[in-house]
Amino acid sequence: MAARDNHGIDAPWKGGFQVIGKAHRKSDGLAKATGQAIYADDLQLPGMLHAKILRSPYAHAEIRSIDASKALALEGVHAVITGADLPIQYGVIPWTPDENALALHKVRFIGDEVAAVAAVDEDTANAAVKLIEVEYELLHAYQDPAEALVRTEPQVHEEIRGKAVKGNISKRVELQFGDLKAAFEEADAVVEDEYFFHGTTHTPIEPHCAVAQFTPDGVLTLWSATQITHYVQRALSRVLEHPESQIRVVQPCLGGAFGGKSDPFSLEFIVSKLAMITDRPVKCLWTREEVFYAHRGRHPMRMHYRTGATKDGRLTGVDAKILIDGGSYSSFGLVTTYYSGQLLTGPYDFPSYRFDSTRVFTNKPPCGPKRGHGSVQPRFAFEVQLDQLAQKLALDPIELRRRNFQGENTKTVNGQRVTSNGFLSCLDAVEEASTWKARRGKLPFGRGLGVAGSMYISGTNYPVYPNDMPQAGIQLKVDRSGLVTVFTGGNDIGQGSNSMVRYIVAEELGLDPYDVRVVAADTDLCPVDLGAYSSRVTFMVGNATIDACRKLRETVVAAVAAEWEVPAAQVWMGLGEVFDVEQRDRRISTREAFHLAEARSDTLGATGSYNTPKLGGDYRGGTIGASPAYSFTAHVVEVDVDTETGRITVSDCWVAHDCGRALNPMLVAGQMEGSAYMGIAEALMEEHDINRFGLHQGPSLLDYRIPTSIDTPELHALIVESLDPEGPYGAKEAGEGPLHPSIPAISNAVFDAVGIRLTHLPFTPGKVLKALDEQDTAAPRTAGGRPASRPHVAEEHNA
Amino acid sequence: MRVLHLQINGDAVEVAAPEHWTLLEVLRYTLGLTGSKQGCDKGDCGACTVLVDGRPMLSCLMLGALAEGREITTIEGLMPAWRQAGGEGADPVQEAFDRCGALQCGFCQPGMLLSARALLNEKPCPSRAEIRDALAGNLCRCTGYTQIVQAVELSIAEATGAEPESPAWAPGENPWKEAERAGLARGKGKG
Repeated sequence: MAARDNHGIDAPWKGGFQVIGKAHRKSDGLAKATGQAIYADDLQLPGMLHAKILRSPYAHAEIRSIDASKALALEGVHAVITGADLPIQYGVIPWTPDENALALHKVRFIGDEVAAVAAVDEDTANAAVKLIEVEYELLHAYQDPAEALVRTEPQVHEEIRGKAVKGNISKRVELQFGDLKAAFEEADAVVEDEYFFHGTTHTPIEPHCAVAQFTPDGVLTLWSATQITHYVQRALSRVLEHPESQIRVVQPCLGGAFGGKSDPFSLEFIVSKLAMITDRPVKCLWTREEVFYAHRGRHPMRMHYRTGATKDGRLTGVDAKILIDGGSYSSFGLVTTYYSGQLLTGPYDFPSYRFDSTRVFTNKPPCGPKRGHGSVQPRFAFEVQLDQLAQKLALDPIELRRRNFQGENTKTVNGQRVTSNGFLSCLDAVEEASTWKARRGKLPFGRGLGVAGSMYISGTNYPVYPNDMPQAGIQLKVDRSGLVTVFTGGNDIGQGSNSMVRYIVAEELGLDPYDVRVVAADTDLCPVDLGAYSSRVTFMVGNATIDACRKLRETVVAAVAAEWEVPAAQVWMGLGEVFDVEQRDRRISTREAFHLAEARSDTLGATGSYNTPKLGGDYRGGTIGASPAYSFTAHVVEVDVDTETGRITVSDCWVAHDCGRALNPMLVAGQMEGSAYMGIAEALMEEHDINRFGLHQGPSLLDYRIPTSIDTPELHALIVESLDPEGPYGAKEAGEGPLHPSIPAISNAVFDAVGIRLTHLPFTPGKVLKALDEQDTAAPRTAGGRPASRPHVAEEHNA
Repeated sequence: MRVLHLQINGDAVEVAAPEHWTLLEVLRYTLGLTGSKQGCDKGDCGACTVLVDGRPMLSCLMLGALAEGREITTIEGLMPAWRQAGGEGADPVQEAFDRCGALQCGFCQPGMLLSARALLNEKPCPSRAEIRDALAGNLCRCTGYTQIVQAVELSIAEATGAEPESPAWAPGENPWKEAERAGLARGKGKG
């Protein structure tokens, strides 16, 4: 129910929460710790074949011919399929279905899928792939988004969904709010600069894997490492032209995703088609290299920002122009383009704002949603710009941010409703924990502190396909043993959403959490949830769970009240018991109460759901970025800059995050730490770099350097609880917001440490040395090429 | 094909596998021991880590044939070994990982846990730097390693009777006590 039914922020019991707010174990923790948890690649079905994919060696080419006869002749090969076998296009956003499971007519990046083989084992499938002969005719390949912006021939995509594409423009969004001209006239200080965010990718440790089985009754079952079972089911139906009711999608235990498994992927269609052709189960496990080419990671963005402020630091206006490198397909790109502007309008208030974002197609692995989808890049630019503004106005960067705090229960300049907002508490928390006041600007040369803030959505009211049905559904089933089984379409991708559901059911029905079991992400068994993206699961599935539990509780309480012949209000459930509040010694176990209710009413169970209230600005695109609740974050990072090598080391990162209410503070802290770690890695170590030939520079876990335990700084998770009026017990998201500030906070800390402004990611030693050298040109040098001494920059901006 | 005589988790097993198969392939595809994970297949990620004669090794870089005559422990072997030694629940390191929230997606953790177990077998009270060092061959993408290091430190603290250092999110508290009660009491098994 939910938008229709506000559950409130309180415990269902007068005595406060029993389960919520405590550091409970996860429901699948021990299964994972003992190796018992089953992931997609752990599935072995009798007679299972293995699929391998032939990929394009060219970044942009027409396919002239494909000859698979030699591959088919190889012993052990059961089938070879090409684009002609799966001609229907798909895409996660229904308005931009521009992908084929296997290329039809042309390939658009090195790694684009061309043909697939099913064989008795992986070795045979690999050998067969090499025997497929393809003739290509090369086309001009776009590697530079600036070229794709102006050059119209050839086109990466000629048309999408029957609509002609303009040149190589994937999407353009230009929106303006308030009087920008007046804003900059009124400003006492204006900062204008250019920023660049490079490509980075998710890198879950589990590669994508899918297993399909087609049974004689016509039912196709797909087990896939996906975070969007429901959308995959719909996409399979469309592409395979097989009824949705005859397709079952199951997500086994998932080995990390971070947005990298939230598109329908080619291997899901490929194994399904091959299983239908061969009447054998088929598995496809991507190699690590294939995962890098499948990508859908962070879009590179070239961003121009201009921000004005009065001399006391109040923002008057923000003007942004952004060029987004989309890679070869649309993926979530329509949403990315909106998000690049729409999600910047908090936690600060500014009366006028314009953004002009253009996403172009290039012949590179397609970009998509990575943790903090579409908003991490602009947030980096803007938070560095705020630091530049603070410098110009000689204000403390935290103070500048405080002065522009938008407040609670307000509306952003682009018409988004903000309810709870704990950003000030976040700033206070990091300021105190980092001893900012005593140390910022006062540390020895080479050490520095930097701050940044951010805002993120807790789900959005924009379902990927327009419909009026709930975004999240829950079904409860009560066993006579006292066990409650919960069925949820929610995808637990490691963030612990199944555990969250368990805690809520235990809380609402007064059960031991171990008497609640969760069955999730199986389209045959579970009511629909739209999936684990947009940080929507805790908020939406959590609310749906409360909704179902309250209905069940009402049934049980009514039965007990009737039995005892007392008013229902007199009957309470809690701590494994049902009791009479007027006569405390009258009590029965919850299990007995379930029996009473089943005897008096019906087979015991309940459903619940959640849908967002109507939200968003009253303009085209105004619902994109509209969320029922926003989370807020502030970081302070401490860096050490080695001016000899140019290497930046982060020693500490203080992360304060307003998650509304921490349903399990340990899991919230885990999300905050994991987010901060990932942001720091993007700033300093990772680069999803496609070279001028269209090749990935290092598609391996050795070359694409994700941090090890010794590269990761001390992360201090400081939880702030603002108790959101609509979240489940006041909860909001925690999985994506806390990534945003890491990156600009590092840039800002480097400025504090050595006085250089890093505006182009990643912050490599080379860039640091170059910036230091440029800073030095005016300064007198010693024989060694280094200045005799560096004046401390703190004097300049703390004056 | 080649017949391999292996010692795995205390069992003597005889299996036939292609000669070029790695120990990881033999474990996963022949023996059904799927707890050891494949994350990269070339020795970069550590998800396939197993103990070979007590030392953490990458099973994706070791031919199955080379495992003959050596004691192999996979993640599946930790809990039974602990219980056979008279312990309750799972191995204390496994319990600590669960209680500290160190298991998010869990995919890297079989390898991570075995590296941690090997460290503690060798050195019961390592420093934080030594813990980070010992786990540096196991990539985790979810946790930022914080709760993993906390888990190892918690198991050390409990083994030595020391009070574990509080996490930043629960200053002055030992928030893991709660999970201790809830889990172990049920996980005893046997009875």
